[in-house]
Amino acid sequence: MNTYFTKEHEWIRVEGDTATVGITDFAQAQLGDVVFVEVPSEGTQLQKGKEAAVVESVKAASDVYAPVSGEVVEGNQALVDDPALVNSAAEGDGWFFKLRLSDNSELNGLMGADEYKAFCDSQ
Amino acid sequence: MSEAEKTLPLDQWHRSRGARMVPFAGYHMPIQYEGIMAEHRWTRESAGLFDVSHMGQLTIAGSELDAALERLLPADMSLVKDGRLRYSLLLNDHGGIIDDLMATRRGDTFYLVVNGATKEGDIAHLQQRLPGTVALTHMTEQALLALQGPKAEQALSRIAPGVEELGFMTGGSFSIGGVDAWISRSGYTGEDGFEISVSAADVTRAADLLTEQAEVKPIGLGARDSLRLEAGLPLYGHDLDEQTTPVEADLTFALSKRRRAEGGFPGAQRIQLELEQGTITRRVGLAVEGRQPVREGAMVVDGEGNDIGRVTSGGFSPMLEAPIAMAYVPAAMAAPGTQITLSQRAKLFQARVVPTPFVPHRYHRKGAA
Repeated sequence: MNTYFTKEHEWIRVEGDTATVGITDFAQAQLGDVVFVEVPSEGTQLQKGKEAAVVESVKAASDVYAPVSGEVVEGNQALVDDPALVNSAAEGDGWFFKLRLSDNSELNGLMGADEYKAFCDSQ
Repeated sequence: MSEAEKTLPLDQWHRSRGARMVPFAGYHMPIQYEGIMAEHRWTRESAGLFDVSHMGQLTIAGSELDAALERLLPADMSLVKDGRLRYSLLLNDHGGIIDDLMATRRGDTFYLVVNGATKEGDIAHLQQRLPGTVALTHMTEQALLALQGPKAEQALSRIAPGVEELGFMTGGSFSIGGVDAWISRSGYTGEDGFEISVSAADVTRAADLLTEQAEVKPIGLGARDSLRLEAGLPLYGHDLDEQTTPVEADLTFALSKRRRAEGGFPGAQRIQLELEQGTITRRVGLAVEGRQPVREGAMVVDGEGNDIGRVTSGGFSPMLEAPIAMAYVPAAMAAPGTQITLSQRAKLFQARVVPTPFVPHRYHRKGAA
């Protein structure tokens, strides 16, 4: 199992050809209290870099972009029902969606945990 | 923003308490400390301390002061007794709102508190329009705090004895632990509370004394906005502007009875006509279905998708745990209960006109139980 990160502050946990995607703890802290989440439904074809989900805090609305391409196998209904899960467990139960990777080579350009931490420190 | 933001007297005080600072109205201001939701709820349950030193504090003095101000505002200044506050509006010649403000009679002067983002324009307007017999002073060395919430009186009266005697929309001179302060019973959250004007040199001490009280926590601008939205209070530059009249903005309570009849304020003809015949659009409160906030800039649309109005403030109500908004809608759709369709980022939302405030006001009116 490998975890990758993007400059848009998403994490991608890869097991075989399935990836779980969420936003990082750094991102949730920036957003503040999350009050609404919209996740893609099963079967949606996501394209890397395109809008995949919506997250809204008291302050603002933000799009979550697909960090890699693939077909959605599950959106996190628990998160839709309880958006505050993003704040309490951003990198755990607060995941957004799972997808089946269509091109594993897209993972090559992503950051590892250490690289991402350095990226956040520079922000 | 073209010029760099200025710092307020409490800048370091906010930073040392973990505030996240953002540019607002030309200043670095605290948007939040622990989080908007927690700060919002704390204010509704206990007492929150807000730094609103960006706002403009002015005094106006001179001969025939009431008459001079009545030429610029639609308030009946003769009704404003010493130590009393009045909400009013600076109007342009078309009846549009230049700013909203609080005017307090303090002896032979009027003390005005105006919005931070508009204060320079207000001052220029006042200096241009007021007669030479009246002098305006911008109190640039004065800071302003607001203490808001059901426990505000309990906390403040401990260190500023006597404030418990103030009724809503009255003020007076007090001492907070040796710091001279002008304190009024007023605010922008819908809660009971106080606004506290102290010199910039003393404001750190005053803020320390206030936050030493167990009931009090510092609150950022984020919660200030969600609190005032729940209270149904308009925000200048968002819900009010120079193209909007007090009648459209549903602020006719600020048009005093005598002034409606007599006129003699900027835009009086148009406003009198609107009072008689109504307006095309009106500001209303909206309860939005679902959980997704509909924010400023979303459009009110008709069945064919045509824009017929606009959302001017919107967000998630922490107390109602639902999205709420203010919007200008056609007057025919302004009655409570009317179904409204909103459009935001190509998505439609259903909403219903509701009376405001969204969360009941809890002001401390003298004589009331």
